[in-house]
Amino acid sequence: MTTAGRPDTASSSTEPIAGTSLWKDAWRRLRRNRLAVAGLLVVALVVIVSLAGPPIIETATGYTYDYIPADRGLVRAMAPFTAPDGAFSWLHPMGTDVAGRDLLARVLLGGRISMMVGLISTLVSLVIGTAFGATAGYLGGRIDEAMMRVVDVLYSIPYMMLVIVLLALFGSRSPIGQLVLLFIALGSVSWLTMARIVRGQVISLKSQEFVLAARATGLAPATIIARHLVPNALGPVIVYATLTIPSVMLSEAFLSFLGLGVQAPLASWGSLAADGVQNIAVFPWQLIAPGVTMALTLLSLNFVGDGLRDALDPQMRKG
Amino acid sequence: MLRFALRRLLAMVPMVLVVVSLTWGLIRLAPGSFYTSERRLPPAIERNLREKYGLDRPWYVQYGRMLANTVRGDFGSSLKYPGETVNQILADAVPVSAMLGLLSYLLALVVGVTAGTLAARRQNTAVDHASMAVALVGLSMPNFVLGPTLVLWLALNWFWLPPARWEGWSVNLVLPVLTLSAVYMAYIARLTRAGMLEVLRSNYIRTARAKGLPERTVLFRHALRGGLLPVVSFSGPAIALLLTGTVVVERIFALPGLGNYFINANLNRDEPLIIGIVAFTSIMVLFFNLLVDLAYGLIDPRVRY
Repeated sequence: MTTAGRPDTASSSTEPIAGTSLWKDAWRRLRRNRLAVAGLLVVALVVIVSLAGPPIIETATGYTYDYIPADRGLVRAMAPFTAPDGAFSWLHPMGTDVAGRDLLARVLLGGRISMMVGLISTLVSLVIGTAFGATAGYLGGRIDEAMMRVVDVLYSIPYMMLVIVLLALFGSRSPIGQLVLLFIALGSVSWLTMARIVRGQVISLKSQEFVLAARATGLAPATIIARHLVPNALGPVIVYATLTIPSVMLSEAFLSFLGLGVQAPLASWGSLAADGVQNIAVFPWQLIAPGVTMALTLLSLNFVGDGLRDALDPQMRKG
Repeated sequence: MLRFALRRLLAMVPMVLVVVSLTWGLIRLAPGSFYTSERRLPPAIERNLREKYGLDRPWYVQYGRMLANTVRGDFGSSLKYPGETVNQILADAVPVSAMLGLLSYLLALVVGVTAGTLAARRQNTAVDHASMAVALVGLSMPNFVLGPTLVLWLALNWFWLPPARWEGWSVNLVLPVLTLSAVYMAYIARLTRAGMLEVLRSNYIRTARAKGLPERTVLFRHALRGGLLPVVSFSGPAIALLLTGTVVVERIFALPGLGNYFINANLNRDEPLIIGIVAFTSIMVLFFNLLVDLAYGLIDPRVRY
């Protein structure tokens, strides 16, 4: 973070002067931020491994996330890198759970699901928040006041409680149904800050000449919002969305930990951790494997988000 | 300021009613009811029970009664625990959650503000980088991983502390409080650092230094007041977050707090208890938000109501 704001004087003096866009500039700044780059690499690694890992494990060892070995002798929790007879083995790099399922395969499935929840819920909040905030900011006046009052009211209610009520009462019989419910529940409560950010951006943008020009050419307000205002307000929105992903993933893990989120036989990092906590004194790796994977991923996502903010936020450029 | 506070207190009433109505609507829209369970009651008994609790009346009568109950602050008797009123359950559970939450927030405040101030004072030194790295780890470590890990080492391996159970004010509180406060420590440290960095660059700090005031006075008397504003405004929503955070911590450490009751009430479809807990929590959240807004005016003389 320390090197982010320093101008690159050494190389720019020798090169011909070329125009640079906001995005190019931000990208250069981001690359300079070692923590953000490391975070980006870890996130990319987790994504690739959770996508490519399960088929590889299946062809190599025959284990899938819900495969329980039929041989009863194998149905006991095995420590990482240990065969049933206690010798060293590559079969289960993260050990197994109490049913004898391969933990690595389950953690990777958990990664897929946790990241899917994070991405889709953030997308839901992005769409709702941007539409709401941009409309309120552009229309202004009474409508703006009323819309923002709604946001204020929603801000001050304990939304996590409503999510718990929603998930517990509408809990679906099928794991997929529960997953969809989770997307909707988490997405629909995390758009509030997004709406405020977008509204603030739009209000400061709408008095500028290019909006006046657009209006003079006779464009409809909806077109002006979608084509002219939203793209220009994108910077802070992207930053906030990047920081929303880990926080939504954390909420999902909370809910799954409480048994309200992802249901068996599917698994998320939260539900795996909940299983692991049951046997923590005997089989500690069952908590450590999903827990550490999750903490590492969230940490990396936070690094990326922080780096993006430093790279895109014009306020930081002065420092 | 008094008028502002009064107006806000009055505005709380409709807001709580909105939240409660939303919850009630969700409960009623959901398929099934308290009486749909594995073990079906004989129809005659279910009919009698429904009559006793007024569940046989039309929905608008029940809704009106629920609203009236909320306004009076008397939520009736629990369906799941017959003979116990919701108010009794609240009276048992609230002190547990409140003690846990307030202790954790206090600890987080002390540690977070100290670490954040130190980091800002020595920006871009090892102290700064180290405390911010620790803060980011704390922010990314889910408390359901941190809590059991602490239990594993401190309680089960080294026998330093008891692993769980509620025994009021005792050493049993150490692990839950540590677990719950970690995230807030991290968040507060980051907010304090950012706030202090902003303030330390401002003109009035330069003036204070130019007057020849000792660094300690500049830092604690002048800078901290402005630098803490972000922390103050975070404290309102943090209380709300704390209430959900306790759900997980109560589950891990087997504490009989509000969160545990809330989850069970939802799974049991215990409507009066759900409504009671939601109403109580929203009142607390609104109340703490109001306190934060009032504190703002005390700290920052530029704020007008």
